[in-house]
Amino acid sequence: MKPGSVAIVGAAETTELGKIPGMSQIQLHADAALNAIADAGLKITDIDGVATAGESPTAIAHYLGITPKWVDGTAVGGCSFMLHVRHAAAAINEGLCETVLITHGESGRSGVGRGGFRGAAASLQGQFEAPYGIMGPPSLFTIPFLRYMKETGMTLEQLAMVSVVQREWAALNPRASFRDPLTIDDVLNERMIAWPFTKLQCCLVTDGGGALILTSAERAQDFPQKPVYIIGTGESVETPMISQMEDFTTSKAFRVSGAKAFAEAGISHDDVDHLMIYDAFAHLPIYGLEDLGFCERGEAADFIWERNTAIGGKLPVNTNGGGLSYMHSGMYGMYALQESVRQMRGTAPAQVEGAKISVCHGVGGMFAASGTVIMSNEQP
Amino acid sequence: MADKSKIPLPQPTPETQHFWDGAKAGELRLQQCNDCSAVYFPPRPFCPTCGHREVSVIRASGKGKLYSYIINHRPHPAFDGPYSIAVVELDEGPRMMTNIVNTPQAPESLTLDMPVVVTFESMSDDISLPYFEPAANQSASANGEGKS
Repeated sequence: MKPGSVAIVGAAETTELGKIPGMSQIQLHADAALNAIADAGLKITDIDGVATAGESPTAIAHYLGITPKWVDGTAVGGCSFMLHVRHAAAAINEGLCETVLITHGESGRSGVGRGGFRGAAASLQGQFEAPYGIMGPPSLFTIPFLRYMKETGMTLEQLAMVSVVQREWAALNPRASFRDPLTIDDVLNERMIAWPFTKLQCCLVTDGGGALILTSAERAQDFPQKPVYIIGTGESVETPMISQMEDFTTSKAFRVSGAKAFAEAGISHDDVDHLMIYDAFAHLPIYGLEDLGFCERGEAADFIWERNTAIGGKLPVNTNGGGLSYMHSGMYGMYALQESVRQMRGTAPAQVEGAKISVCHGVGGMFAASGTVIMSNEQP
Repeated sequence: MADKSKIPLPQPTPETQHFWDGAKAGELRLQQCNDCSAVYFPPRPFCPTCGHREVSVIRASGKGKLYSYIINHRPHPAFDGPYSIAVVELDEGPRMMTNIVNTPQAPESLTLDMPVVVTFESMSDDISLPYFEPAANQSASANGEGKS
């Protein structure tokens, strides 16, 4: 933190304090937020960063109608909000966002719309999605895709091709869970999970883990491994409810995160040698290619069909085999990052020769959140 | 046999109570901003478009179109066989999740953009859930042909 470089320009409590049985916990956050925004003389649309604890920053941002470029859900107990201030100061200094809203609300006494088991049924998803037989990501993440198909003309065979191509990459990777070749018919004839998605279009469920250690570029030279520089980053959230996604054919969180990362890195798409797109389901690389700007809307299916992302293609994608064939423990993003690092070090089983820039793009929840990291083995 | 008691029922909050009261009364209720006139869902006591706090509860037409869906093939105790989990786009603009009912749960009978209308089912003393069915069902009923 640079002394005096960031200031608090709005501050307020909830309109009432004490016993407020007429407000749920999330509305307490919003009430305080609207008061603070008014205190600062701002509009909601002036806010481009959100930090909170106790509720998810996704829920708070969507509830208030904010499209953030920076979020912090650091939840470490009662001092979380002090940490949020510190992180926000760093983020602002770094240019990640300009105006950060930090919220707290807790229905500690009345217990209205509070977290935990009871909170689940009182949450907006608990009220407006859970009653309809939802069964985790396979039944939710997949819902937007039929709309994408109708609007772009993409076919089920083209969706199957995503799994086929990634299996080809997995075949080169001794650590991949599945390495046997697949045909489009194999994919289409597998057990149906959530029509039109078969089992081979849904990610694996496996055990595993990973870790990264980061340090300053200055110090990085003194370590035994070849440094991998972070040259651009982005993040955003959209909504905790898939039914409330703004546009079923494109992820707003992807677009905001990707554009920010590319702008920070100062690179064009032609500069990218290697791409990872978190593939919890087979349509994710389609959305990712378009929302990151590698393809125009409706062109990603042909791009994959024509083998541009396959071995020998001009843009190798998910070279470890991805969540569809390599592994997926539940939070796959770490494995995508590990593969980008391997590619930049030149040590990947399916190494892209001469690769200098890797884009690693992740999703959180069901198109709920996104983060993008652009790495390079050359210091800009 | 489907066991409807396995459906996790919503727990209304002060900000959503009007919606569930409406469902109980057979009305689909949305909210509208008194300032910018935006109609929105899910409920909250301020406008998510402009932040204005003066909003009204309005009765929706209950009409919409099938926006997107999947057919869930994994067994759920509250459903018999594969069932649709769908999102409908209401004529007023907002979208909401639902099941498309009273029609075969197959791609042939669930075409995107087909007109649908709301229908309510009482689940408890307090909660009725809004579902949607093909509009063709209700017009057939109005013509005295009865529901399938």
